[in-house]
Amino acid sequence: MVETKELEEISRKIRRDIMVMLAEAGSGHSGGSLSAVEVLVSLFWNILKHDPENPAWEERDWFVLSKGHACPVLYAVLAARGYFPRETLWTLRKLDSILQGHPHRLKTPGVEFSTGSLGQGLSLATGAAMGLKRQGKPNSVFVLTGDGEQTEGAIWEAGMTAAHYRLDNLCAVCDRNYLMIDGNTEEVMGLDPLPDKWRAFKWHVIEVDGHDLRQLTYAYQRFILEKKRPTMIIANTIKGRGVSFMENQADWHGAAPKKGEQVQQALADLGFTAPWEEYMKHDFDWLG
Amino acid sequence: MGGIREDMHLADYRKGVDMVPSRDGYGHGLLWLCEHDDRVVVCDADLAKSTRTIWVRDKFPEKHVDFGISEQDMLAEAGGMSRTGLVPFVTTYGVFVAGRAWDQVRTSICYGDLNVKIGGAHGGISVGPDGPTHQSLEEIPLMRVLPGMTLVVPTDAPECQKATIWAASHEGPVYLRFGREGVPVITTEETPFTVGRAEVYRDGDDVAIIACGPLVYEALVAADTLAKEGIDARVINCHTIKPMDVDTVVTAARECGAVVTAEEAQVYGGLGGAIAEVICQHCPVPMRIVGIEDTFGESGSPRELLDRYGMNSGNIIAKVKEVLKMKK
Repeated sequence: MVETKELEEISRKIRRDIMVMLAEAGSGHSGGSLSAVEVLVSLFWNILKHDPENPAWEERDWFVLSKGHACPVLYAVLAARGYFPRETLWTLRKLDSILQGHPHRLKTPGVEFSTGSLGQGLSLATGAAMGLKRQGKPNSVFVLTGDGEQTEGAIWEAGMTAAHYRLDNLCAVCDRNYLMIDGNTEEVMGLDPLPDKWRAFKWHVIEVDGHDLRQLTYAYQRFILEKKRPTMIIANTIKGRGVSFMENQADWHGAAPKKGEQVQQALADLGFTAPWEEYMKHDFDWLG
Repeated sequence: MGGIREDMHLADYRKGVDMVPSRDGYGHGLLWLCEHDDRVVVCDADLAKSTRTIWVRDKFPEKHVDFGISEQDMLAEAGGMSRTGLVPFVTTYGVFVAGRAWDQVRTSICYGDLNVKIGGAHGGISVGPDGPTHQSLEEIPLMRVLPGMTLVVPTDAPECQKATIWAASHEGPVYLRFGREGVPVITTEETPFTVGRAEVYRDGDDVAIIACGPLVYEALVAADTLAKEGIDARVINCHTIKPMDVDTVVTAARECGAVVTAEEAQVYGGLGGAIAEVICQHCPVPMRIVGIEDTFGESGSPRELLDRYGMNSGNIIAKVKEVLKMKK
């Protein structure tokens, strides 16, 4: 188990890499990547059984990014865990890159499915969980959905299926940041009472502060012990978390910080003071 | 004069034919697979009876998964299952899979190159009394436009059974389109069937009739009538819409100099569209398309509807005469 202090420092560096990656790309999704950092860090450093050297390892646990637009956080995590060299991050969204604007399983090691069309990833993950269970395999499947994504009807179809077939090897996380592109989720298309909805769908529901690494790790552990029901962790988060001018701003859903002053400001908010381009030249642990 | 090719081992359709729904061939194919291939799992959206997956549910309950009426979920779930080593056969009506779940087929399955097999039942206007909501006329263009997809429209039950069994052996997405009604059984166990290869059932070099699904039978009947008038028609069963057998089509266009296509589907973007793409790029000759002329169907008996909407041997003959007039 990696200590919380260390995970916090890793999270800070992941946020740094997300900002640098997006600035270099010139486009991409900042808000929903920053809100999901702790959800992924806790999972990839403390919970997930995986082997970066062998992404197709039979005994691995699966991770599916249903909110595919938040791939910068996944790419930063995969690079930090050694699935591919960190320099690759600076090719995001560019021609010939293995890092597409939304995850593509045939290009990026560690990506299980091609996602980005919202509402499909939960079904893909549920199908994987069902397939593994039918074959008597012990692997768990983790999937991160957006909260805005949960206005897709197919999410609730998958919700019924996972509960009906008692897929206790499936753990979904909802990145509950309350913002979708057009504004607050409750104004655009009300989701609340979201935890009650999932309880009514016969899921094991856990609500956590999605930036609290201790709470997240504990929630994942409770999933592992749960039997006969799939688990939905509602992670209450802040969209754009960690970057002052992005926090709780729907406009930063699909925008990248500009090269220069803007990304420099974002890094300063995260406690990094070296010129932003310097962070592309050094390794993950370099603090500048 | 040409004639029926012996090496095709067709049933003697002139003496009368058995009428069997192609969906029966799908069901028999699935049963065979369940016995012989551990990886196969049959997914269903509350239509087990009419798609024949109930045969699997009764005999191999452990291989049948019902998703209820949730096609979008079922398609992506099948994609998920396929990545764990299973080979899911997803089954529902064409309108609900090629239409409603098209985005799941496109992005999750085809873009992700997932090993999912789709049984698209109730294709064509011959669905009959249920009416246009259930008569799927658009799957051919919807599916063939997707990179990586293999699209097969079997002509009858035996061919549908062969296509179903083949699908499990192929790595990648496959769509099988078949109808509800009993249709003439014209092929036999010995009839050659290779996905990606169009078969010439009848030799002839005045005109080529290229058909798929139950319209292959109508094409054979049309050719017999035309023969009496001294017109020698080549009849081709083009069961695989994608990948298209370009060589056979181009050869037919070159040697016959005129082409008529026939399918139980919209005239836009279907078999006719696919053949037109080949012919106009490789060997332009006069061509006509038999199918549904850009309209929805209505309730009625299958035979009435096929006649009303212009998909019988008489319609094929009329189009043949049009192209023959245009032929230099």
